[in-house]
Amino acid sequence: MLVSLNWLKKYVDIDGIDPEELAEKITKSGIEVDGIEYIGESDLNVVVGHVETCEKHPNADKLNVCMVDVGESESLQIVCGAPNVKQGQKVAVAKPGAVLPGNFKIKKAKLRGVESNGMICSLQELGIDEKYIPSQFAEGIYVFPEDVEVGVQVEELLNLNDVILEFDLTPNRSDALSMLGVAYEVAAILDKPLQLPEVRISEIEEEAKEHISVQVDATDLCPYYGAFIIKDVEIKSAPLWMQNYLLAAGVRPINNVVDITNYVLLEYGQPLHAFDYDRLQSEKIVVRRAHTDEKMTTLDDVERNLSEDNLVITNGVNPVALAGVMGGKNTEVHHATKNILLEAAFFDPTTVRKTVKETGLRSEASTRYEKGVDPNRVKEAGLRACQLLEKYANGKVLKGLVEHDKLDRSEKMVSIHTDEINKRLGTSISIDEIGDILRKLQFEYTQNDLQFDVRIPTRRGDITIFEDMLEEVARIYGYDHLPFTLPKHFSQVGRLTPKQQLTRKINAFLQGAGMMEARTYSLTNKSLVGQFISPEIHEHNPQAISVLSPMTEDHQYLRLSLLPELLQSLSYNQARNQHHLALYEVGNIFLSNETKLTKQPQEKTRISGTLTGEWVTHEWQQETKQVDFYVVKGILEGLFAFLNIRVEYKASALAQMHPGRCASIYLNGKPIGFLGQIHPLVQKEMDLKETYVFDIDFEELVQQYEHQTTYKTIPKYPSIQRDVAFIMDEDLLAGDIQQLIEEVGTSLVKEVHVFDVYAGEHLPDGKKSVAFNLVYQDPDKTLKDKEVDESFQEIVEAVNEQFKTYIRS
Amino acid sequence: MKEKLEAIRNEAIEKIQSVDEIKKLQKLKVTYLGKKGSITSVLRGMGKLTKEERPVIGKLANKVQETIAQSIQEKQAIIEQKAMDKQLQEEAIDVTLPGRPIQVGGSHLLTNIVHEIEDLFIGMGFEVKEGPQVETDYYNFEALNLPKNHPARDMQDSFYITNELLLRTHTSPVQARTMRSYKGEKPVKMICPGVVYRRDSDDATHSHQFNQIEGLYVDKDVRMSDLKGMLNIFAKKMFGEDREIRLRPSFFPFTEPSVEMDISCKVCSGKGCSVCKKTGWIEILGGGMVHPHVLEMAGYEPNVYTGFAFGMGTDRIAMLKYGVNDIRQFYMNDKRFITQYHQA
Repeated sequence: MLVSLNWLKKYVDIDGIDPEELAEKITKSGIEVDGIEYIGESDLNVVVGHVETCEKHPNADKLNVCMVDVGESESLQIVCGAPNVKQGQKVAVAKPGAVLPGNFKIKKAKLRGVESNGMICSLQELGIDEKYIPSQFAEGIYVFPEDVEVGVQVEELLNLNDVILEFDLTPNRSDALSMLGVAYEVAAILDKPLQLPEVRISEIEEEAKEHISVQVDATDLCPYYGAFIIKDVEIKSAPLWMQNYLLAAGVRPINNVVDITNYVLLEYGQPLHAFDYDRLQSEKIVVRRAHTDEKMTTLDDVERNLSEDNLVITNGVNPVALAGVMGGKNTEVHHATKNILLEAAFFDPTTVRKTVKETGLRSEASTRYEKGVDPNRVKEAGLRACQLLEKYANGKVLKGLVEHDKLDRSEKMVSIHTDEINKRLGTSISIDEIGDILRKLQFEYTQNDLQFDVRIPTRRGDITIFEDMLEEVARIYGYDHLPFTLPKHFSQVGRLTPKQQLTRKINAFLQGAGMMEARTYSLTNKSLVGQFISPEIHEHNPQAISVLSPMTEDHQYLRLSLLPELLQSLSYNQARNQHHLALYEVGNIFLSNETKLTKQPQEKTRISGTLTGEWVTHEWQQETKQVDFYVVKGILEGLFAFLNIRVEYKASALAQMHPGRCASIYLNGKPIGFLGQIHPLVQKEMDLKETYVFDIDFEELVQQYEHQTTYKTIPKYPSIQRDVAFIMDEDLLAGDIQQLIEEVGTSLVKEVHVFDVYAGEHLPDGKKSVAFNLVYQDPDKTLKDKEVDESFQEIVEAVNEQFKTYIRS
Repeated sequence: MKEKLEAIRNEAIEKIQSVDEIKKLQKLKVTYLGKKGSITSVLRGMGKLTKEERPVIGKLANKVQETIAQSIQEKQAIIEQKAMDKQLQEEAIDVTLPGRPIQVGGSHLLTNIVHEIEDLFIGMGFEVKEGPQVETDYYNFEALNLPKNHPARDMQDSFYITNELLLRTHTSPVQARTMRSYKGEKPVKMICPGVVYRRDSDDATHSHQFNQIEGLYVDKDVRMSDLKGMLNIFAKKMFGEDREIRLRPSFFPFTEPSVEMDISCKVCSGKGCSVCKKTGWIEILGGGMVHPHVLEMAGYEPNVYTGFAFGMGTDRIAMLKYGVNDIRQFYMNDKRFITQYHQA
């Protein structure tokens, strides 16, 4: 809502208040003022002039030489280049000495040999923003209506001294979608009296009902319909002041009839519609639901296909308006219109909103109907328009409007108790102060000791319960005056749950291990959504879930893995010369095997990472380590150890992954994720270099995590170590041998780890050597060499037998 | 004999002084002081001496022995010192060369902000709650006093999946779910951080995915001034003790009265600049007293319980606090961006 302060001044005295200060006060009372705009310079020294003669310049085709009367003893000779300048016009003249916006100084000059004593101005030259300029004056000079006086300053005539406040209204404050509503608000804030327009019309004897009947077939959607008939209107421009106000409110003037309906819409917040009565081709108005597939052409020349959800105004046969949204082309007021049917109605907000959504036709009228107009102002607004039509269109208003009236105009009562108000706000507002606030708001009330029974005016449809009145009292009292307190009760101790604490620890672990936390989008595209799906997710045959109306194809499907978008982040970085990256994310995937969802998908939290480039770079010491499978595995092993979780790794061939460098991770025999290098072809497709990933079920980690709570005795007795190197076929897995060593070694073997892997010289083709280090320890006694030797021998024999290996000596 | 001993002493000292290796020094030690050394062999002739001479010579022998031993010890210290000096000199390195870099990780700026806010409210007795991102229409809207066809639904254009399911447009459904689970029987004091979604085109200030943190406190005797008091603490701890707050009336379907909170602009200290659009204030969050319909729908008796709620955009808070000028940075994971805030 754009609020012209010059217009507002008609209803409430705001003289002497700086616009900035007023805006601040309005904002603090609940309507946010988003912008303050000054229409023009208020000190231009530009006057109205009358073009007495206008002749072609002797030396220039496009110039005219005009004699202009500016109310001084002598007329001014001015050379003018505007194509639309004509004899007899009233124009804006900048005399020598005037300074126009942009520090444009007007001086006497000779133009192609002809003296020019000033300038005839366009609105642009007067510093008016294009959006406030009527279309007929967009090119060329501005022409005043004939009745303006020669010699007067143009600032006031053109409303150049106006200031516009831009309101950012919350949906509940539709009352401020009218100048009167704004006036009530400002009067309450400033505690000033309110001056409402006086509505008086002089009807002629002829009765409207002789020319029109009104029938409403859908009272639920149209509880009130009033039809006024105005005869013999003269279509012309609206008065300048009205055009100015419309422009200030962002509405382009068209002609006096249309402008008057728009003016009243802005003044009262009540949309009106003027039909050309003679084009109606009937003497009745029937308001009904549209028929299925019924058609009508709206004012914007578009044929609309209607349905029973739309409400239409008809002439008994055909639709002539889409109720509350837009008029029909067939009954539009035009330059030759003589008789008018003026509609003032109350339409069901939901129906209007639906129609607006369907057609995309959002207008000043529909915006107000959607929010619900004030039932007590519908008819009054119609009368106000009639009054203006009489005055500015020479119309004759027929006696007695014809109406259908089932409108509920009752006012709600809300009781407020002083103690309850103070209890809820934490204040100590007195009874007198509350009474004063109600008076400022112009709410009628009866007072009974501490209690006020408040009659809520229908213009404030947003107030229905005690809490609404609580806000009214609080905002006029001033939120600034509320005290700062802390809650009276101590209700609970705040702390993170063990799961939340663990989540933070896991994040800290990975960051300590050198990984950077990333955030990616949950919505991805069609080709990525099916990629890098972990085995245990794949098992459930998840369906890609699409949103109904995506903003872009790139963000359409809910992810089934975090990896595709994380890999996009790697590409993004590599394209910007950032080649060494270790990103991870903790985030949700969305699982359902329904093709059409009937219930919420299962949301599972995953922890996923992508690594590429150099892991360690220390150039001058010639130490460089590329990220490889074992770098990633080392991080995960560290994480599992940190969580006291024992997992197994099994070589796996997964889609999008390198078949020889990928392992599934198993916990208690079930897969919980995977790690490995992505397939070289996928790398190429995604513009990536050698890249490794991991993806793990985060919730499994949190659930399986074992928090060690009791002290474990540090071993008192020394350990004994044995090393052994087995020579074996190249394709044997070290993990399988390690598993056997642990099994055979029983509890005496505390630790087994690989310390060397070798193939090549001194070994037969197709063989490799894998060396293990075994740590023996008994918590209860010092081990004897003999015991260890026996166990060690048993292990070596078992391995040799099962894997056909032999010892390297 | 006396002469012999003195000659040995003089010779030994001379030799010790000319030695410059530990090994040679050890040899000299054996030569002079060993069991088969020169002093021992001289002392073998003691038997030939008179009773009176023996203690004198014995004393002298001991003295010579001591002198030589001390001389060797001193020399050894000198040689060792020299060796150490040499070693240290050889081991000297260029300390200005760069160290071996460690792989540095870190958390995302949004995570840091969330933790900071969580810790602040935990300190004031709040617990942290979470909920699903794909929500039912009921919990996302209806339970929050936004029935179907409510005009305020236009404020949030949403990603629907079916007519009844959508990506949550705010974290408020977590409040509704928590209240519902407490069955109207005990106070609720919670915050809920999380990802939310709206149908916006991505640009510098809009993102179809972003984050919110909301808070809810429902109890007996909760006052609007308590909301003001708590938000004041929050603003000062989060943005600096010298920040002022301002509450303005506003509208949300789930609160009544509703507020919007501004903090005084850090850049211009409230004087007005381009950052605060010349108002001196920057909008931080929305909130208000929980609407009685919301309490009722969640099973709380509005005549017994009152409460306040507030919510803010985590991304916006992060942008304001750290001067980030493009919200998309949070989701692009540009290394040059994310490494800037690891210590934040």
